[in-house]
Amino acid sequence: MIIENISLNRRQFLGGILSTGAFVVASRLVPDELFAQAPASGAAVFNTKADTAALHPSVYLGIEPDGTVFIVTHRSEMGTGIRTSLPLVAADELDADWSRCRIEQGVGDPRYGDQNTDGSRSIRDFYDAFRVAGASAKSMLISAAATQLNVAASELTASNHEVVHAKSGKKVGYGALVPTAAKLPVPKKETLTYKPKTSWKFVGKERPIYDLNNIATGKAEFGLDVYREGMVFASVEHPPVVGGTVKSLDDKAALAVKGVSLTVTIDAPKPPLLFQTLGGVAVIGNSTWATFQGRKQLKVEWNDGPHASFTSEPFKAAMIAKVKQPAKPARNLGNVDAEFAKGGKILEALYYTPMAAHAAMEPPAAVADVRNGKAEIWCPTQNPQAVQETVGAALGIDKKNVVCHVTLLGGGFGRKSKPDYAAEAAILSKKLGKPVKVVWTREDDIHHDFYHAGAAVYHKAVVDAKGKPTAWLHRSVFQPIGSTFGAPGPMPFELDLGLNDVAYDVPNIRAENAGADAHVRIGWFRAVTNNFHAFAQHSFVDELAHAANRDSLEFMLDMLGPGKVIDLKAQGVDYSNYGADIAKYPVDSRRLRKVLEVAGEKSNWGKKKPGSGWGIGIAAHRSFNTYVASVVEVEVDAQGRVRIPRIDQVADPGVVINPDRVRSQLEGAAVMGAGLAMFGEITATNGRIDQKNFDGFRVARMNDAPVQVNVHFVESGNLPTGVGEPGVPPVIAALANAIYSATGKRIREMPFSKTKLV
Amino acid sequence: MVNLTVNGKARMYDGDPDMPLLWYVRDDLRLTGTRFGCGAGLCGACTVHVNGQAVRSCQTKMSTLAGKTVLTIDALSANGALHPVQKAWVTHNVPQCGYCQSGQIMSAAALLKATPNPTDADIDRAMAGNICRCGTYQRIRAAIHTAAKERA
Repeated sequence: MIIENISLNRRQFLGGILSTGAFVVASRLVPDELFAQAPASGAAVFNTKADTAALHPSVYLGIEPDGTVFIVTHRSEMGTGIRTSLPLVAADELDADWSRCRIEQGVGDPRYGDQNTDGSRSIRDFYDAFRVAGASAKSMLISAAATQLNVAASELTASNHEVVHAKSGKKVGYGALVPTAAKLPVPKKETLTYKPKTSWKFVGKERPIYDLNNIATGKAEFGLDVYREGMVFASVEHPPVVGGTVKSLDDKAALAVKGVSLTVTIDAPKPPLLFQTLGGVAVIGNSTWATFQGRKQLKVEWNDGPHASFTSEPFKAAMIAKVKQPAKPARNLGNVDAEFAKGGKILEALYYTPMAAHAAMEPPAAVADVRNGKAEIWCPTQNPQAVQETVGAALGIDKKNVVCHVTLLGGGFGRKSKPDYAAEAAILSKKLGKPVKVVWTREDDIHHDFYHAGAAVYHKAVVDAKGKPTAWLHRSVFQPIGSTFGAPGPMPFELDLGLNDVAYDVPNIRAENAGADAHVRIGWFRAVTNNFHAFAQHSFVDELAHAANRDSLEFMLDMLGPGKVIDLKAQGVDYSNYGADIAKYPVDSRRLRKVLEVAGEKSNWGKKKPGSGWGIGIAAHRSFNTYVASVVEVEVDAQGRVRIPRIDQVADPGVVINPDRVRSQLEGAAVMGAGLAMFGEITATNGRIDQKNFDGFRVARMNDAPVQVNVHFVESGNLPTGVGEPGVPPVIAALANAIYSATGKRIREMPFSKTKLV
Repeated sequence: MVNLTVNGKARMYDGDPDMPLLWYVRDDLRLTGTRFGCGAGLCGACTVHVNGQAVRSCQTKMSTLAGKTVLTIDALSANGALHPVQKAWVTHNVPQCGYCQSGQIMSAAALLKATPNPTDADIDRAMAGNICRCGTYQRIRAAIHTAAKERA
């Protein structure tokens, strides 16, 4: 009976994590209540100033009689600017004075809708909800002014925090209208009107991020900066191999370190791993430094478990062998086999990418205060509802009794969607009966990541007289994210990111995938499986172009054909489309054509002939419903060193909310994409990760980053989509293509720095 | 016992002489603007000034600081006026997540003190020790040139 209950709980927990925690595809991301505008009644986990304001037409917005507007951002700020951009949408519809708006960070609470800040979908999914919040408040203020001034509402307009009656010249400030407005019913969504684009004051205009001055002066508060009264510090020695357990522990020397008070053994997780702690031995002390020193003195023997068999070189060889064998079809158009059987010129290529680490600049850290069956958590998390789920499960309490305060995140890139570190702090705080702060070292972070998967991708095509494929087969094998959730192989969405949705116009296409064991925790890294799928796909097209002696850009445009909406369903794919409605956000190869064409113009494509160590490469990729083309220039010197003087990024993300932040995301994606391609590699020996810190796991520094990144927008007027991730995948392929252009060497393996160019 | 000055205040330290300055300013003084990034002198997030020189506070033992003057990001903008480097950071909207920027700003401020008109190559050399995982490097370079002009 007890066993049954536990397994039921585990299933429920898994269900919870998969619906709110993982990179998921939920059909209803925004609860209907948000649109219905009924303020949540008594169900709030934590009341914000927006909730307690005199006028609070929405969980996202409240106004006080002094005119102060509180806007709640429920999405996490890790550098995209979302904490500023969503409130700007609401403030614009409200016709607010931005200097009188205060941004609050929402705690984890399902009443906000989905809070998992990944998948580049904050703007896509919540643009409407924030417009509604602003428009509702404005409508109520105007109605209140109509009563106060005794005029028709239709004679009133709103402007810069005031309601204006043009006929009489009378103006009333928003604050003065709040007491009257607060008595009015919240209007139904269907009755609201929105500002036309020509009246937008904030959307589409440059606006500094809300936290800019605090960051520049060091005052910004990240997870590591949280200190609570009576708090102790903890640092956890995790098993070196995933799934390992403590065989024996000698903590005498550790306890002799000044400032160390005790050690606590944390149980190893039961599969599936989900976001549970890896377990291990926690050293508790009165300062971060004391706990770090104590850990060095621990003598722990480990039972490694089965994953001690994981060593990268043979694992890579096995993945490569596997990707050459037929696998399960995921997409089928026409008849690839029949076309290959006809014979003709056949091209094949195999691409390989190793694992990589997120390595956000702020290592994982969390503060927990657990008492009386309730938990309060402060941490840098991309997904506070997953913190509620994970901490609740770890402590055996209802997730409603977990309050998760979200600090600023010192980078996330997908790592901080997985709150194992928060669970550790909670388990320790419960045990010790006082607030505990867990700080991971950089070595912990690199050694115990949820890694970007290693992958092998195989491509085969038979081409016509002009070098265009008449049949296209591609197949990938990678360590699946599904493994982290106990799934037998990749979850469906993993195949949809650059494998199933190839947009090239070939009459016969088959996509196949075979699973690989994970051996470590695999997670989503910025752009996820798009990175290796796009690297292979757009490198291969460049290979086809060169084989046909044709210009790469001209060939890519020809491969896309005139452009169309691609009906993947008709080809056997139940395409998850990043959780978005396919009717509203179709796979449209016309938009890919457009970004390629603009990239050609902006980069002066074709004007300069490659040679003497200079080269240029191009690729375009749709991911997260956004279309991006990248043009990369390289210089390869006599020693074979690669310098990247320039990258042009052309994006079509539909309506642009905050252009400067969109540009900065695409600049950063160029740097991260180039750095990942050139240097990114995580390997394992006997289940242990070989890299320790930034010396072993190399990321782009200023002197090896692209010198100049130019960002251009295609103003398509389409619905707004995200920009956090889509800038990465095309850069990787465009860089490989540029190196080929400069040197005649085709790089089919990341990191590129492994290939000798001279 | 170590006597030192931190952000203009005289301080006495009598803890573990091997403790890095980083954890002294963060855990003891609660000056949290200085960030922990790698603990190995590899990323620059913890950069502060000791006697006007940029140093990695995670590699600077308290025992080496007797009589020294430490300046952290928390006090770079003395009297409420932003330092020219901070001003340039704001002008160029440099930060994304912002975590590394304390260290970037402290490195840049030290660079400009030693080299008032740095070339791109000077900047690349001086800033190569400061990692920004968000990839704000081109804005950092532009902001340093702007700050150099303002100081001139």
